[in-house]
Amino acid sequence: MLPISRERLVVVGNGMAGMRTVEELLKLDPTRFDITVFGAEPHPNYDRIMLSSVLAGEKQVDDIVINTRAWYEENDISLHAGDPVVKIDPKSRTVTAQSGLTVPYDRLLLATGSKPIVPPIPGLNLPGVCAFRDIADVDTMIDASTKHRKAVVIGGGLLGLEAAWGLKRRGMDVALVHLMPTLMERQLDETAGKLLQRDLTERGIAFFTNGQTEEVTGKDRVTGIKLADGRGAPADLVVVAIGIRPETTLAREAGLEVNRGIVVGDNLSTSDPDIFAVGECAEHRGQVVGLVAPIWDMAKVCAHHLAGGDELIYTAQVSATRLKITGIDVYSAGQLAAGEDEDEIVLRDARRGAYRKLVMRDGKVVGTVLYGDVTDGAWYFDLIRRRTDVSDIANRMILGQTALGGGASTEPDVAAMPDDMQICGCNGVCKGTIVDTIKAKGLDNYEAVKAHTKASASCGSCAPLVRQLLAATLGVEVAGPAIPTVCKCTDHTHEEVRAQILKQKLKAQAAVREAMAWKTPDGCASCRPALNFYLLCAWPGEYQDDSRSRFINERAHANIQKDGTYSVIPRMWGGTATPAELAAIATVAAKYDVKEVKITGGQRLGIYGIKKPDLPAVWGELTDAGLVSGHAYAKGLRTVKTCVGLEWCRFGTQDSTSLGKQLERLTWGNWTPHKFKMGVSGCPRNCAEASIKDFGVVCVESGFDLLVGGNGGIELRGTDKLCHVATEAEVLEYCAAFMQLYREEARYLDRTAPWIERVGIAYVRTRIVDDTEGRKALAEKFRHAQSFLQDDPWAERANQGVDATEFKPLPALV
Amino acid sequence: MTELTWVRVCALTDIRPLGARTIPHRKGEIAVFRCGDDSVFAVLNRCPHKQGPLSEGIVHGHRVACPLHSWVIDLESGEAVAPDVGCTPKIPTKVEDGAVWLAVPA
Repeated sequence: MLPISRERLVVVGNGMAGMRTVEELLKLDPTRFDITVFGAEPHPNYDRIMLSSVLAGEKQVDDIVINTRAWYEENDISLHAGDPVVKIDPKSRTVTAQSGLTVPYDRLLLATGSKPIVPPIPGLNLPGVCAFRDIADVDTMIDASTKHRKAVVIGGGLLGLEAAWGLKRRGMDVALVHLMPTLMERQLDETAGKLLQRDLTERGIAFFTNGQTEEVTGKDRVTGIKLADGRGAPADLVVVAIGIRPETTLAREAGLEVNRGIVVGDNLSTSDPDIFAVGECAEHRGQVVGLVAPIWDMAKVCAHHLAGGDELIYTAQVSATRLKITGIDVYSAGQLAAGEDEDEIVLRDARRGAYRKLVMRDGKVVGTVLYGDVTDGAWYFDLIRRRTDVSDIANRMILGQTALGGGASTEPDVAAMPDDMQICGCNGVCKGTIVDTIKAKGLDNYEAVKAHTKASASCGSCAPLVRQLLAATLGVEVAGPAIPTVCKCTDHTHEEVRAQILKQKLKAQAAVREAMAWKTPDGCASCRPALNFYLLCAWPGEYQDDSRSRFINERAHANIQKDGTYSVIPRMWGGTATPAELAAIATVAAKYDVKEVKITGGQRLGIYGIKKPDLPAVWGELTDAGLVSGHAYAKGLRTVKTCVGLEWCRFGTQDSTSLGKQLERLTWGNWTPHKFKMGVSGCPRNCAEASIKDFGVVCVESGFDLLVGGNGGIELRGTDKLCHVATEAEVLEYCAAFMQLYREEARYLDRTAPWIERVGIAYVRTRIVDDTEGRKALAEKFRHAQSFLQDDPWAERANQGVDATEFKPLPALV
Repeated sequence: MTELTWVRVCALTDIRPLGARTIPHRKGEIAVFRCGDDSVFAVLNRCPHKQGPLSEGIVHGHRVACPLHSWVIDLESGEAVAPDVGCTPKIPTKVEDGAVWLAVPA
């Protein structure tokens, strides 16, 4: 038995604020209290900020749990999850839960968080309407996305936008209604808000700004919404995310002083000195908070007082905001616009869609809004927090920290940061703390640094900085955990493997496996094709392609069908054919008694049902007519779809067929991380569907719009516009450069769409559009690789005996 | 009881390392695999899942991944590797003086 003299601490609310306070308390005095925790949700404590990543499918619920049930057990905390407290009695010093359980306390901590604001409009109780606050809401939304098509999100703040994006990612048609003229007006100025709306519109979200929702319609389930000005939208799911309000019901009923939130002093105690409140439910000096950084400060101060201290006091600090939408970078902190006696410094880069603004007062930065490129956010935020006098650099600092130093790197220079510069705004962790902890505990991986310092443990947006710090401290490259490893044969990521192939000049698969301590002698069906591609890409002309590391289709240069026969699809340049080519295809089809000849989705003829031993002979006949492999089986250049263009079409603006053929001649035979398809349309009517291709060209009177990253497959994605160019020669150069960048930087089996989602179109533009020298170098590397890759594999096998045993069975056994 | 007879089918070098060859047989096609360590295994060339031709799969360790749906078959036993369940008949093999032998029904 433990000594009976332990004080009893009851915590109402099993969320981030409450549990953080308990963690801080355990650090200060692990044995002082018997701790009991009540939570309304039937889950252990999880990272609510990350719900948007769960909705977007980037994380699972398990990934966002902060304290597992084992943690509660280890720390001897009784957890009542799913049993909300319904009554607090300060006189008898007890709380009563819904189950009837009554527990006495000596100290009570209220961390009841907030509840979604519910607007006074009819229809909100219909099935298909939810908020965006907890796991149950996310479950409702994910479930709806699998059964329904149309979603409307009400509210264009941080939460509403993240909900809209998550639902879009899950394949729904999404419209967003916002009361104000611009999005996120509390965190962004008008310009950034408009840029954000433009980018999200490009990604397919429809917006109703200045929209006041009047009614949610429907009988048995929601069917749509109506706005006060007469506009409306159909909906199978309506998400209400117009804001949150402190959850104060229990406190109010218990007679505590409550304003907007539960009123607390500088030590976080309420009007009853034995009852404390932290987090979104608390109101300190008239302010309620909704961001994580001030809540962590509250937790620290509150724990200090619970543990018997009386020195720390809570003071409100400036906070920074960041939006979690893949590929859209938005950052803001402090004041959004200049008032009297204040100046604004603004930088617009329309071509890259980037925008940054600094608000200055008396030679100091007091606010910043960044859009498109937020790498300097942490630096500006640091200057704001410290009230640093920047008069001497004020005219140049808008260009960023690296521009000041004259460096060319696009990454912030972690070595140059002062030790007390805050890296993790959510958890208030400075550079010095991270570096000291890495050294003192001998940490060598990102997960450990996160666990020991809490840096990047909340919203995760500073994870790249933390990794850089770890790398700089250890003096080596360090990769993060969210980045997948190549396969189970290794703990290394794709990026690490590719970097080492170049750095150590590894030119054979066995050398890679040995140098990087592979766990298997000859890899597996996942890593062998990946390594084969990486080596082929890194050492053109030097690395010998390993057919035993190719999937059957690429090894046999034909597609295996479900009955074990193969299809043969010759290249038809730009979708065109000569009579002699058609005759050869017809002859082969008749002679080998094929089951089907079909026009494929890529504008060519496929011959289906060839037996493997017959393949070389079939290819021989096709080769004689001048046909080559169409690589319809390859993770490489597939087809270039074209329309007839200027030659025939009355709308055509350029010769799209000829341009398509030129592109195909340039790129055929190339191996890429995954299949690569192109399209060239002669006018914006876009008959060649260029806007769902990996690389698309839409011809216009003034030249060519270049589009990248489209996909018409499992997950439909429209292209991003790369840029506009004037000449065919430029189209070819940009195409070669883009393909080379994709070859060098995407992971094996990444299509261009997910790759661009990960790195952002802004990055691709930086490399291909802004950096002329870099583009030319990439295009040249592509052409160099092509000089080794443009041998027709069919001719080699039909006429030169390459890989003969592949197609020839051994003699039969009788 | 079925009598098995050892039959010489090819030289070891007729099969490329991490490769396979097929042998027609009246009871169905046989796939003969040569692993990275030069051990040789033979199974009926039919994945227990959807009858995919295992000879066309990627050989790694003493296993092969079926080309149709990536089931992995353990060549030592002919059994599918968990979580998949199934088995393809295995044919005894030996390598002597650089020649590959199979034990087939007489």
